[in-house]
Amino acid sequence: MAGILVYVLAKDGEFNKNSLGAISEAASVVGSIGGEAAAVVVGGDIADDKLATLGNYGATKVYKVDGPEGVAQPAVDAMAKVMNDNGIEIALFGGGLLGLEIGAGLTARLDAGVTMEVTGIKSEGGRIIVERPVLQDSQIVDVAFNGKAVIVGRLNAFEPKETGGSAAVEPVSVEFSEFSLKAELVTRGEQRGADVNIEDADILVAGGRGLGEADNFKLAEDLADSLGGAVAATRAVVDAGWYPYAAQIGQTGKTVAPKLYLAAGISGAIQHKVGMQASENIVAINKDPNAPIFEFSDLGVVGDLHKIVPKLTEAIKAKKGA
Amino acid sequence: MKIAVLVKEVPDAAVEKRIDPASKRLDRSGEKNLNPFDTHAIEAAMQLREGGAVQVDEIVAVTMGPDSSKSALTKAVSLGADRSVQLTDDALAGSDVNATGYALAKVLESESPDLILLGQQSDDGECYAVGAVVADHLKMPSLTQVIKLDASGDTLTCERQAEYGYDTVKVTLPAVISVGDAINEPRYPSLKAIMGAKKKPLETKSAGDVGIEAGKVGEAGSKTEVLGLNPPPAKAGGELIADADDDIDGTVSKIVSWLDERKLI
Ligand SMILES: Cc1cc2nc3c(=O)[nH]c(=O)nc-3n(C[C@H](O)[C@H](O)[C@H](O)COP(=O)(O)OP(=O)(O)OC[C@H]3O[C@@H](n4cnc5c(N)ncnc54)[C@H](O)[C@@H]3O)c2cc1C
Ligand SMILES: Cc1cc2nc3c(=O)[nH]c(=O)nc-3n(C[C@H](O)[C@H](O)[C@H](O)COP(=O)(O)OP(=O)(O)OC[C@H]3O[C@@H](n4cnc5c(N)ncnc54)[C@H](O)[C@@H]3O)c2cc1C
Repeated sequence: MAGILVYVLAKDGEFNKNSLGAISEAASVVGSIGGEAAAVVVGGDIADDKLATLGNYGATKVYKVDGPEGVAQPAVDAMAKVMNDNGIEIALFGGGLLGLEIGAGLTARLDAGVTMEVTGIKSEGGRIIVERPVLQDSQIVDVAFNGKAVIVGRLNAFEPKETGGSAAVEPVSVEFSEFSLKAELVTRGEQRGADVNIEDADILVAGGRGLGEADNFKLAEDLADSLGGAVAATRAVVDAGWYPYAAQIGQTGKTVAPKLYLAAGISGAIQHKVGMQASENIVAINKDPNAPIFEFSDLGVVGDLHKIVPKLTEAIKAKKGA
Repeated sequence: MKIAVLVKEVPDAAVEKRIDPASKRLDRSGEKNLNPFDTHAIEAAMQLREGGAVQVDEIVAVTMGPDSSKSALTKAVSLGADRSVQLTDDALAGSDVNATGYALAKVLESESPDLILLGQQSDDGECYAVGAVVADHLKMPSLTQVIKLDASGDTLTCERQAEYGYDTVKVTLPAVISVGDAINEPRYPSLKAIMGAKKKPLETKSAGDVGIEAGKVGEAGSKTEVLGLNPPPAKAGGELIADADDDIDGTVSKIVSWLDERKLI
């Protein structure tokens, strides 16, 4: 067993923050199991001196693979080869989407164990143990691996730490499986809807499927206006075309930490929570008393948003006018 | 074209799910149901059939699970599948993602579908992973979280949201596609379909029937091991306004003063 291989996601030559966090996490645990923290980058045509900067987060080596970027299966081929050639038995991914797909494929290829949504990695007697919150974060399981391990982090679970240093870059030539090339990216990262900024807002009113229809985002907008904030959304409503992708919070959207996050008609799925749980004050309006969002809100309001939100907007306007 | 839809039996949404501290497995004793995310996969198969762009000859629902999982298959058939296959064997109990994906790939081999559809996640294990494991075993391309699926000849044009926005990906069949819940609005089964579902063929297979190596499945064949179970870190409980609708004005003024106390207005 020698070291940890971290998949590094990139787009337009920029590394994903969650991948950098995963490198830092690998660097901090690798000491106790032996070997080095290595990174692998597939495609993207990134210059060697840029790849070497992954050393600043704790990678000692970067395997550079020429191939298609932004799809999972070529990365499975690449990581399996690097791991087999170098005796690496642990693969690590930051949170997101592609990591789940590559991680799952790699699990099958290496006949490994896989754990996702991982929030912590520790080692006991040279054996890696990971922590995974399950069942809406109501329990945390400690999982160990018998053999090779694929670990997929939860979004924002691992913070990038700059330690200085530069990594050695080693090109690897990979022969891709025929089937790996049968999913071809046509366009990547299309931004649907207006380019709104939710990351700099102190106050966010977030709307979800509970709004009922696209036009009802007006309720969230009016409330946000009264508070001097911006409007954010869940994937459910962005996928439905109700609101712009740029306003989406969560695993495949933005990470925010405003002074006030007020949710209207949002269930509080983990993939949404991971993008907003650092908010200072969390208020949720939801008609379902069992909605998971009440487990992590500071003020929960069990009721119909259609009745409450318009009156709340009026009351806030009145208060401000007073 | 033949479509196989993978469906799973999960605890009903109304059941509070818990891990049994002794076995460290999910307590599956309560009411069960078809994984709600899988109804979108069945609906996607039905829309391909009804869309007419490709000819869909057969839709087969496939599950791996205990005896009770037959009712998940019956529900899948009531939603449109023509017949169903249940892989059930005591040797499979306690399989992790890797073992589950391997076992499902073995049953699917015996069906040779052109397209395998799955849900975006199971409502219990939430591993988002079975599709990609199955695909690697079957040497097929795969994609997850697909919210738009168009078929033409042997090519699928898929759209899905990934880390940087929406991607469009062309996938050549045979392929494994997990669909996101925004792909469609699943239909309700008609009374006739519900009544008829029990009469459609349901085939039961054991691990041996499909050539599953016993050492690769079940708890013993799994490469993950749950060592322990801990409560999450204690967090200060939030305030709750229950029955807010009973007194909207009162509710609103409570929210306003809560916000005002924290200088948020
Ligand atoms: C790989 C992956 C990545 C994902 N990435 C993201 C992501 O980045 N961001 C994200 O948000 N999600 C993401 N998701 C989806 C996530 O799992 C949830 O499906 C989504 O967050 C749900 O959105 P929602 O809360 O708007 O809808 P729902 O879960 O449908 O919740 C709607 C809520 O509204 C309430 N409601 C209904 N009517 C009313 C009313 N009149 N008054 C008050 N309340 C009402 C309901 O009780 C319900 O709780 C991802 C999922 C996966 C698998
Ligand atoms: C709380 C909890 C946490 C777990 N954590 C892990 C873990 O970290 N690592 C691990 O290896 N295992 C884990 N497991 C076990 C894992 O859930 C099971 O192995 C399960 O059979 C496959 O994963 P999933 O249900 O999460 O599938 P997902 O990958 O979330 O399911 C996606 C789709 O695959 C299809 N599918 C899934 N299972 C079946 C089936 N049995 N038959 C037919 N189709 C199916 C469905 O279409 C489903 O929509 C966990 C289980 C629980 C209850």
